[in-house]
Amino acid sequence: MALAFDEFGRPFIIIKEQEQKTRLRGLDAQKANISSGKAVARILRTSLGPKGMDKMLQSPDGDVTITNDGATILEQMDVDNQIAKLMVELSRSQDYEIGDGTTGVVVLAGGLLEQAERLLERGIHPIRVAEGYEMASRIAVENLERISEKFDFGLSNIEPLVQTCMTTLSSKIVNRCKRSLAEIAVKAVLAVADLERKDVNLELIKVEGKVGGKLEDAELIYGIVVDKDMSHPQMPKKIEDAKIAILTCPFEPPKPKTKHKVDIDTVEKFQTLRVQEQKYFDDMVQKCKDVGATLVICQWGFDDEANHLLMHRNLPAVRWVGGVELELIAIATGGRIVPRFQELTPEKLGKAGLVREKSFGTTKDRMLYIEHCANSRAVTIFVRGGNKMIVEETKRSVHDALCVARNIIRNNSIVYGGGSAEISCSIAVEAAADRYPGVEQYAIRAFADALDSIPMALAENSGLQPIETLSAVKSQQIKENNFYYGIDCNDVGTNDMREQNVFETLIGKQQQILLATQVVKMILKIDDVISPTDY
Amino acid sequence: MAVDRIFKDEANEEKGERARMASFIGAMAIADLVKTTLGPKGMDKILQSTGRGRAVTVTNDGATILKSLHIDNPAAKVLVDISKVQDDEVGDGTTSVVVLAGELLREAEKLVAAKIHPMTIISGYRMAAECARNALLHKVMDNKEDAEKFKSDLMKIAMTTLSSKILSQDKEHFAELAVDAVLRLKGSTNLESIQIIKKPGGSLKDSFLDEGFILDKKIGIGQPKRIENAKILVANTAMDTDKVKIYGARVRVDSMSRVAEIETAEKEKMKEKVQKIIAHGVNCFVNRQLIYNFPEELFADAGILAIEHADFDGIERLALVTGGEIASTFDNPESVKLGHCKLIEEIMIGEDKLIHFSGVELGQACTIVLRGASHHVLDEAERSLHDALCVLSQTVNDSRVLLGGGWPEMVMAKDVDELARKTPGKKSHAIEAFSRALVAIPTIIADNAGLDSAELVAQLRAEHQKEGCTAGIDVISGSVGDVAQLGISESFKVKQAVLLSATEAAEMILRVDEIITCAPRKRENRM
Repeated sequence: MALAFDEFGRPFIIIKEQEQKTRLRGLDAQKANISSGKAVARILRTSLGPKGMDKMLQSPDGDVTITNDGATILEQMDVDNQIAKLMVELSRSQDYEIGDGTTGVVVLAGGLLEQAERLLERGIHPIRVAEGYEMASRIAVENLERISEKFDFGLSNIEPLVQTCMTTLSSKIVNRCKRSLAEIAVKAVLAVADLERKDVNLELIKVEGKVGGKLEDAELIYGIVVDKDMSHPQMPKKIEDAKIAILTCPFEPPKPKTKHKVDIDTVEKFQTLRVQEQKYFDDMVQKCKDVGATLVICQWGFDDEANHLLMHRNLPAVRWVGGVELELIAIATGGRIVPRFQELTPEKLGKAGLVREKSFGTTKDRMLYIEHCANSRAVTIFVRGGNKMIVEETKRSVHDALCVARNIIRNNSIVYGGGSAEISCSIAVEAAADRYPGVEQYAIRAFADALDSIPMALAENSGLQPIETLSAVKSQQIKENNFYYGIDCNDVGTNDMREQNVFETLIGKQQQILLATQVVKMILKIDDVISPTDY
Repeated sequence: MAVDRIFKDEANEEKGERARMASFIGAMAIADLVKTTLGPKGMDKILQSTGRGRAVTVTNDGATILKSLHIDNPAAKVLVDISKVQDDEVGDGTTSVVVLAGELLREAEKLVAAKIHPMTIISGYRMAAECARNALLHKVMDNKEDAEKFKSDLMKIAMTTLSSKILSQDKEHFAELAVDAVLRLKGSTNLESIQIIKKPGGSLKDSFLDEGFILDKKIGIGQPKRIENAKILVANTAMDTDKVKIYGARVRVDSMSRVAEIETAEKEKMKEKVQKIIAHGVNCFVNRQLIYNFPEELFADAGILAIEHADFDGIERLALVTGGEIASTFDNPESVKLGHCKLIEEIMIGEDKLIHFSGVELGQACTIVLRGASHHVLDEAERSLHDALCVLSQTVNDSRVLLGGGWPEMVMAKDVDELARKTPGKKSHAIEAFSRALVAIPTIIADNAGLDSAELVAQLRAEHQKEGCTAGIDVISGSVGDVAQLGISESFKVKQAVLLSATEAAEMILRVDEIITCAPRKRENRM
C-alpha cells in the first residue's frame, strides 16, 4: 500500500483505522466488481423467456414469494455486495420507467460485464471500454429505431395491444390464461387512457386479489372493489343508483385540535352536554340525508350510536376506507371528498349505478363492489387464484402487462421479440465496429457479442442448442436481410416472430440497452473499493 | 477470482437440482404427514402448541394440522397455503388437496430424474388437469329439480364427509343435523347464522339441532325466567355509565354536594335511558355490552328480562333470527324494529343454564348443541361439523354431485390415460404421471384402511373399463363395491377445487429452479 508522508516523515492516516477495512485496488477491484455483477445476472438468467423458471424467495419473516419478475426477485434478495446493489437498482429503474423487461436488462448488463472482463485482461483501459460501449449503445438504439414498426390500434381494434401484452405474460406462471388476462389488461388501460394526450395514469387501475377460485375467474370491473363491508350487519347489501357521500371526517363528536377542557360543575351543564352530544349525531346524519346521499363512505370509524342512527335512517355506510381507495372512489363516481359535514352539498355526491356486497367462500369475507359509475375512468382488475403466492404473482404479471399496454399507447412503435431485435442490433453494431479507428473498436465488437447473450439465454432456457440456434438465426437474418427472425422458444416450428406474434415495445428495448450500458460504464470506472470489515 | 459473497450473512441460495430437490422433498414430507389421515379409516394427529398451557388438539382435519405446523421449507409453505385456501373456499378436501399435490410432485421428481424438463411436465399436467375436469363434468349428476333426491344427495355427501372424522360413529345423526341446518339457510352460504354451542358432558349422540336460538348467557337476578310472546330489543349500547363523549369533557367541582348532584344526574340519565327502552314496549332486552347493577335492577322492576354481554356474533345472530334491528339510540320507539319470538326460557344443558328463544320469526338461523366427553372431542366434533356444513352449503349452490370412495379419481385417471396414449411427444409421460398421481388417492385410502391396496386398485381399474361403472373402494367390507349403492357421494365443487389447486401448486413448485432464503429476522430477546 502506498503511504504518504508529511515533511517530518510521519505517515498520513488517510483512511481511519486502516487495518479494519478491506480495500481492493486497480484491476483487482474491477475484476471483483465484474464477477459480482455477473453473479447477479446469472441468478436471473434462467428466468428469461417463456420457458424461464421461477425463483422461490423466503423473506426474513419466513413469507414465501414465488416469482419470475426480475425486479421482484432482486428487490427481495438480501443483497450485501455493493455492485450487486447497483444491479438491483438497475432492474428497479427499468421497472419504474417501463415496468417490463426487468430481467432482460440485468442479463444484458451481465453480458456486457463478461465481455468487458476479457478486454481488461488484454490490457485495454476500462475507460476506453466504457467509451466503446457508449458508442455501441448509440448504434444499437438507432438500429432499434430503424427496425421498429408503428402499428395502429384503436378502441375497436385492440388485437395488436393484446398480442403485445400476451408476449409479456407468456413468461409468467399465468401463461395458461394469458389471452384473457391480456384482454383484461388492455381493456383496463383503454378505459382509463387519455388517447388525446397519449397518456395513461396507472393509478386509476386497481389490482385487487383474493385467494380462492381459479385463474380463469379473473375479471375486469368498471368500478371499484373495496375490501370492506357495510358498517352495520343489517344494512342493505345492494343499492341501486347510489348517491355516495365521500367523507374524511368521523361520525364522532368533534375533537378540536387545540387543547381544551370542558368543565362540568353543575347538573345543568351535564344535561346540556348530553343533549348537545345527541344533537351532534342527529345533525351529522341529517346533513347526509339532506343532501340526498344514499350511501356514506367514510375514512374513519363511527360511534355505535351514529352507526345505529345511520342504519335507522336507512342510510347504509362503509367505514375505515383507506385514503387511496377513497380517492379512487371519488374519481370513479365523480364525487368530491368532503372533509367537513358542513360542506356537504348535493353536487359533491358521487354517483354509481350499483353498489353491492359480495361474499366469498365459507368464511365471512366480503367485498364491496361499486359499479356502473358515472365516470368509468377508474377500473379494478380482480384476480383469483389457488393460493396466496399465485395471486401475488398474478398481480405482478398483470401490472407488467398494464405497463406494456401503457407504453404502446404512449409510443406505438414496436420491435419484434424472441431475441430478434437483439440479434439485429448485434449485426448492426458488429458491422459498424470496423469503421471506428482505435481501441474502441474492440469494445464495440464486444458489445455486439454481449447483445447475443439475450437470445443465447432464451435458447438455453428453451432447451435448444444455444450456439447452433443463435448462429443459424443470425445468418438467416443477414442472408435475407430480414429482422423478424428470433428464437423459437415455444417450439412452434417457425422462427419468424411476425408469424408468432411476439412483440415488444420499442421504448422498453431502448431503455434496456441504455440503462444496462450506463450501469456497466459506472462499474467499469470504479478502481478502488473500500469496505469496512464486519465487526 | 472467486465471486464475492453477494448475499448478507446467513442468507443462502440453492440452485438448480438442489433447489428442486429441496422443494420436492419439503412438499412430499408435508403430503406424507397428512397422508395417513385420509379416508374413513384415516388416523388422527395430536398437536401440542408451544404457547402457554401446552394446549393439545386432536384432529383429523388437514387444514387444522397444517395451520399449526411451524415450517421452514418454502415449498411446504405453498402446500400449507393451498390447504388453507381450500378450507376457506369450500371447507372440505383440505387433506386431499395436499396429498394430490404431493403425489403430483413425487411423479414429477421421477420424470425430472429421467431428464424431462419441468416445463414439459407442466404443460403435460395442464392438459391432464383439463382433461380430468372434463371427465368429471361428463359424469356429474344434478338432482336440483327433484327436492327429495337432492336432499338424499345432501345426506350422502354429509355422511361421506363425516365418515372420516371423529363423528363417524353417529354420522347419520350428524348428517341429518347438518342437512337440516343448511337447508334452513335457503341457499345462502353464510354459515354465521348456524351457531354451534359446545357443552362437555353426555355423549356425542346427545347433540341436537335446535330450531330456535340458544344464547349462552344467564338471565339477570330477579327477572322473569320465562316469557311468552316476547318482544325483544337487541341493542349495542353502553349500559354501565353513559359517558359524555364530547372530547375533553371532565367533571370539576368544588364540593362534595356537587359531586352527589352530578351523580344523581348521571343516575337520572341512565334511568331515562332505561325508561326509553321500556317505552318501546319490550319485555326482553339484550345488550352487547355490560349492564350495570343499577339499570339491571330497573329492568327487573319493570319485569323485563335483561341479558348483558352477549358477544357480537350472538347479537348479530339474534337480530337475524328474531327479525329485530340492532339499536343504539332509543329516541324513536315507534320506528325501531323489535324482534319477536314465542317463548324465552331458561334451559339446562348439562350443568349450565342457557337462554332459549323458540318460535322465532325467521327460520334461517338455528343452533346446534354439541355434547361430548371432553373438550378435545367437542373441538374436533365442531371442526368436523363445520366441514360438513361448508360442503353442504356449497353443494346447495352448485348442486352437481359425484360419487365418492375413489370413484372420481378412477374416472379421471381413465380419461387421462387415454389422453396420454393419444398425445405425441414427451408430454405424454407427464400426462401418464398425472394419472398415476390420481390413482394414488384411492391407493392411500385403501392403505390407511389396512387393505391390500395394489390388489384393490387393480380390480378397480379393471371395473372402470366398463361403461357406466360405479365401482369404488368399500372400506368397510374391504373390497371393490358399488359406491352408488353404498351411498358415498362427494360434491363436484370440492373435487374440482382439489384438482385445480393441487395442479396449480404443483406447477408453481415445479417452475422453481432457485431458492433464495433471506437471513431470518433477529428477534430481540425480551427476557
